[in-house]
Parts: sequence; structure tokens; C-alpha cells
Amino acid sequence: MLNKNIYLILIISLVFAISFWIGFNVNLLPAEASINAPIYDELFKILFIIGLIIFIGMTIAVIYSLFKFRKRNDQIGDGIALEGNLSLEIVWTIIPSIIVLLIGLYSYNIYDRMGGMKELNHNHEMMSSNTEKIWAGISQTSNNEIAINNLSIEVSAMQFAFLFNYPKGNFISGELHVPVDQKVSMKMESKDVIHAFWVPEFRIKQDIIPGQPTILNFTPTKVGKYPIICAELCGPYHGGMRASIIVEEESDYNEWFNKNKKPEVNL
Amino acid sequence: MTISIDPQKTDNESLQPKGWLRYFSFSLDHKVIGIQYLVCGFLFYLIGGTLASAIRIELASPMSDFMPRDVYNQVLTLHGTIMIFLWIVPVVNGAFGNYLIPFYVGARDMAFPRLNAVAFWLIPPSGLMLVASYFVEGAAQAGWTAYPPLSITTPQSGQIIWILSVLLLGGSSIFGGINFIATIIKLRRPGLKLMQLPMYCWAMLGTSLLVVLSTPVLAGTLILLSFDIIANTGFFNPVLGGNVVVYQHLFWFYSHPAVYIMVLPAFGLVSEILPVHARKPLFGYTTMVFSIMGIVVLGLVVWAHHMFTSGTPPWMRLFFTIATAFIAVPTGIKFFNWVATLWGGKISINSAMLFSCGFIINFVFGGITGVALAQVPFDIHVHDTYFVVAHFHYIVYGGTVFIIFSSIYHWFPKVIGKMLNEKLGILHFIITFIGFNLCFAPQHWLGLNGMPRRVAEYDPQFQFVNQISSLGALLMAISTIPFLINVFLSVRNGKDAGDNPWNALTPEWLTSSPPPVENWEGEAPLVAEPYGYGKEISERK
Repeated sequence: MLNKNIYLILIISLVFAISFWIGFNVNLLPAEASINAPIYDELFKILFIIGLIIFIGMTIAVIYSLFKFRKRNDQIGDGIALEGNLSLEIVWTIIPSIIVLLIGLYSYNIYDRMGGMKELNHNHEMMSSNTEKIWAGISQTSNNEIAINNLSIEVSAMQFAFLFNYPKGNFISGELHVPVDQKVSMKMESKDVIHAFWVPEFRIKQDIIPGQPTILNFTPTKVGKYPIICAELCGPYHGGMRASIIVEEESDYNEWFNKNKKPEVNL
Repeated sequence: MTISIDPQKTDNESLQPKGWLRYFSFSLDHKVIGIQYLVCGFLFYLIGGTLASAIRIELASPMSDFMPRDVYNQVLTLHGTIMIFLWIVPVVNGAFGNYLIPFYVGARDMAFPRLNAVAFWLIPPSGLMLVASYFVEGAAQAGWTAYPPLSITTPQSGQIIWILSVLLLGGSSIFGGINFIATIIKLRRPGLKLMQLPMYCWAMLGTSLLVVLSTPVLAGTLILLSFDIIANTGFFNPVLGGNVVVYQHLFWFYSHPAVYIMVLPAFGLVSEILPVHARKPLFGYTTMVFSIMGIVVLGLVVWAHHMFTSGTPPWMRLFFTIATAFIAVPTGIKFFNWVATLWGGKISINSAMLFSCGFIINFVFGGITGVALAQVPFDIHVHDTYFVVAHFHYIVYGGTVFIIFSSIYHWFPKVIGKMLNEKLGILHFIITFIGFNLCFAPQHWLGLNGMPRRVAEYDPQFQFVNQISSLGALLMAISTIPFLINVFLSVRNGKDAGDNPWNALTPEWLTSSPPPVENWEGEAPLVAEPYGYGKEISERK
């Protein structure tokens, strides 16, 4: 009996060790290029490790049973007439409940740190002039932080392109340029069907819905060029609906901005 | 001539054709209808599988070069619709439900045999109509979710035929659901208590409740959508003041429970198969019953987890995260109970057992990614990507389809009276298991790294992994060959099975194989302990 328990403890610790090793050493995610990304990857790592423990454990249990309890040629008759075990049932109801609850609380915390639970500031410059209902995508801008230097961009999506309007410069670009380490606030609206704005390196995605302007905020942290991908089926060329986001040093950004800026036209 | 209508007398011999012809008739025999469902579903599975192969061929290269882009969208729409509405739902509910439920409750037929036949005969015409819509003006191309405004702006005829077809299939499903509830509640043999029923009855009771509660919502939604398309109304059309997110709420109010309509019957079937081949009672019968009902209740309040990026308010995201993640608890209970059923048994390693164990492993994997997807911050990155595609194929293919095959190996001797070839069966399992995992496991990585779903072209850096996935799909296609050979050979020359080759205790095995028209020559037996393995006959109640 003692021997059996030692083997069980050994196997369980081995499963844990393997799961933790894989969780910490196997990277399944693309580069981290926004404030959101490392927060996301932290959640991913925890869920990955818990998932591995459960999956490896269950797989071992099934395969072990098939070998250990397989019917030998000389055997006849049935297995033991064991119909259930109340304390076992209670254990495997309560432990998963606790795990699920803890994961839920933890992911709430992650979501809060990403800014998802914050109400949008209703004095936002883009919202002051009109009373239309604006929906909040995931945001990481706190109420009092939406300052004047906050970069505002209007995104329109259509079959099959994204257009980025820079209201301060009075120009429209097909490429999204943003300075590194600065909060960007986008108001997105679709001209026709539902599209989605997804930058895998930023770990953010938000549907762009016709008739429902949506705010999406993010802060890029790494200079580079990343793909913007439409993630919602929008028609035959859906797979080709891509754009680029170019995150650059502020000086490069300003140079690009001033080159494209058009003078204000007063009619 | 007068025809007496007596639901208990369904074998009016002068009216029912004999032999194989009866499978093409408006038969009222629940066993014939069950086989009609199964064969019809399998034919559509072959069509849906061909479409899947076309998708994987297209995705073997990063360019859109195998078929035109709009045809690709039609193919993925038809693939999803056929696999859900014409293969998995009819087979796992209609086929096995019709064949087994009357045996399990000790009845001679279903409660409403004519409604039952109508429910089946709605399927072939609506399925053929759906496939034929490709040749009219092109099939629907807005995905099986048919989100407006895309479904309103794409060519109308395909979308309207799609809606009509899904409405008919939904109607068939509702008729079936009503019939199962009535049969399980009202037609039980005297003396048979609810808590003595085989687990598949409970699974079908829960599933049928979901069908009856949620399918009408889908029907209403699709009727409104068809008004938007043909009559220019504005329920979901933003140009006319409609709201596209409302459609998503209504659609997923059915279509998330639809996942449980596809997996709960499989949970029931595996609960029948494992005890027989492990020679042990089903572990934890009572908790299994409660966990099914728990899944039914929770399954109705989780739909918005499909809409975490659709601009839903934060409190709603939080509620649906917690509700969704908690489904893992009753589901987990079932899996622990199945492993405990295996533990200490005398397990026959045969095709039915291997497919069931493959189901456990695949479904646990799909369940784990499911709990991760329930977490809003996790979902935001991978929503609408290949990660989700991989997740739900682990649930519906690695889960339910594995159980459909397991069930075919288990009940074939009952239906035909002959055994399937075990060597071919195990070969079928090995190719399917390897092919399936090779096809779908790499897709998790694709989704995490930036490949959205429903695309005909993609970033060339993903080509290698996509080719691995396509290779897996090729193996899955090949795996049907030994299965079909096995079925055709065994129907003709299979080893004689006898009445009860597995020495099983559930009621369908206590009659001849194949069973007589009214199931038993005499009285239906009272089986108070369908899982009484390991006990002397005198010990059984």
C-alpha cells in the first residue's frame, strides 16, 4: 500500500514538473509589442500549465487503465462491481470548482489590468460633440489619463481595406503609423459589413461593426512593423484584407506626420 | 379501406414494405428510422468531408489558387452547415436516439411514430436543396453563422435556400425532441423508474429539452433575417436602423446550446459503451444524471462568450466568462467518472473501446482550450482565429464523431446480426486518431500566431504548419476507406454475432439480433440494473 502511494506521488510530481517545464520553456506566442501583450502572456502561461497538468494526467490515467486492466486471454467474468464513491465524487466536484473559480478571478484581474473593466471617459474629445452611443472595446486608458497628447485616429473599415484618418493632420492613410510608448485611441466604424481589427503582436482584437462606433485603445511598446488583420468573415477577399501598423520612434513618427499633414481648409 | 391508427400497432404488415426496400419507405418502425438517419447522415458526412478536403487543399498553399474566392466561402459555409445540421445532430440524436430509446424505456416504438417518420423525411430534401443551391446562383457564402450584414449583401438565392433548409432541419430536430421527451417520460415500461434508465436516456432527455427550448429562437431569427433579405425590412440591417449585434445574441442563444445538442448524446452513448467493454458498472450514476442536467441549465446561459469582441458591455463579459468556465465542472465530473469506470475493469481492447478512449483524450484537450477561451482576455486575442477552429473540431470531431464511430462498432452486431472485422476497425481507429490530431493540433499554434479563420489566403510564414494540417486531413479522408470496406464486407460475410456478443445487460441486447419489428417477441424485460456488471445474477435487483 505504501509502495503504491509513493508511485502515485512520484507520477503526480513528474506530471507537474513536465507541465511547468513545458509551460516556461515552450513559447507558442508571437512577439510582445504592446502593454497588453506581457499581461496576456502571463495569463496564457498559467492556463497553459494548468491545462497541461490536467491533459497529461487524464491521458496517463486512460492509457494506464487500458494496459493495467486489459482483459487477459485466460480471464473470464467481470471486473469489480464498484458503482460509485461519494467522497471521490465530492472531491472531483469541489477541486475543479475551486480551480475554475480561481482562474475566473485571476482572468478578471488580468482583464482589469488590460483596462477592460473601466468605463470610458465621457468627456473624451471625440465624444463631446455628438451624443451617439459609443461602444467600448478593450481599453487600457484610465479615466483621468486621456490627455491632450493622446493620439486619436479614426478607423474606417470597408470591403476590403482599412483607412486611417488622422484628424489633427487632416489626412487619410492606408498604413497605421504610431509613435512607440504612446497611448493611441481609435474610433472605429465600418462602412458595410462587420470587420475586425486584430494585431496579433498587441494581443488585441475588436470587431468593427456598421452602425456602432467602437473605441479601441492600446499602447505599442516595441518599434517595428506588424500586420493588421481582419478577423471577421467579410466577403470573398476577407483573407486579403490586411494592413500594416508601423510603430516608430517619436521623431520618425513626427517626420512622417508632417510630411503627410494637409493644411486646414476653412470653407 | 379503413386504416386503424393505433400507435402501439406500427407493423401493419400490409402497408409496410419488406427487406431493404423498407429503408426507402415512410416506415414507422423506430429501428428503420434510426438506420435511415444514420445512413443519410453518413452520406452527408462524405459530402461535408469532401468539402473539408477542398478547404485543406486550398490552404496547402498561401495563395488563393485552388478555387475562386467566393466559391471558397461557399464551400466553408456548406461544410459547416452540412456537418452540423445533416451529420452530427441527426446522427447522434436521430439515429441512435430512435434506435435505442424505445428499447431502453421498454416500449415497442416511439411515442409518435408518424411524427418520427416526418422528422426524418424532412432531412433528405432539405439537405439536397442545400447542396443544390450551389448550382443555382452559388450557395450561401456568409459562413454557417450567417452574420448580417454580410448575409444580406451576398447573392440572395443561396442565402434564402440556406435559411429555408436550416428551418426545415430545425423543424425536424424539434419534432424529434418532442418525440424523445414524450417517449422517455410517458412510454416507460411499468415498474421501470427514472433513476433506473440507461444514461443515454438521460442524455437524450437533456438534449431534447435544449432542442425544444432553443431551436425555435433560431427559427424566429432566421425568418426575420429572410425578411431583411427579401422584403427589405430592417431588423438586422444597419442601413435601415437595424442592429447586427442583436442577431448575434439570438443566433448564439440557439447555437451555443447546439454544441450540447451535439455532445450530450455522445456523453450518453459513451456511458453505454464503456461499462460493457470494461465489464464494470457505470461509476457514479446519480452524479452523472445531475451533471447532465447541470450542463443543460448552464448551457442556456453562456451564449455571449461567442461575442466577446462584439462590443458587449463589461459586466456581460464577466458574467458569461464565469458561467462558461463553470460548465467545465459538470463536464469534468463525467470524465472522471468514465476513467473511474475503466479503473479495475476487465477491459476488452476493441474498436469500440479504442474510439471511446480516443474520445476521452481528444475531448479533455478540447475542454481545456474551451475553459481558456471562456476567459475574456484570453479570447480577445484568439477569437475568430484557427485556435477556435482547432478547439471546436476537438469537441465535435475528436469528441462526437469518435463516439459515432465507437457506437457503430458497438451496435453494428445488434442491427445486422453480424460482427464487424476488428483488425480493420483498429486500423480505422489508428489512422483516424493520428490524422485528426495531425490536422487540428497545429491549428492552435496558427491561431495564436496570427492566422484568422475563414481565409483562402494567408501569410506565407504559416505554409509549413498548414501543410502538416492538410496532411492530417488527407489521413482522415483515407481513414474512411477501411471503415467502408469493413461495413460492406461485414454486412455480406461478417461473422455471425449471436444475440448478445458483448454479454451486455442493457435491454436492447435482451432480444434477437436483428430485433423483431416490435422489439420483443413477448413482454419487454424489466432491466432495473442496466450496469450490474460484476454481480451474480441473484444479486441484481
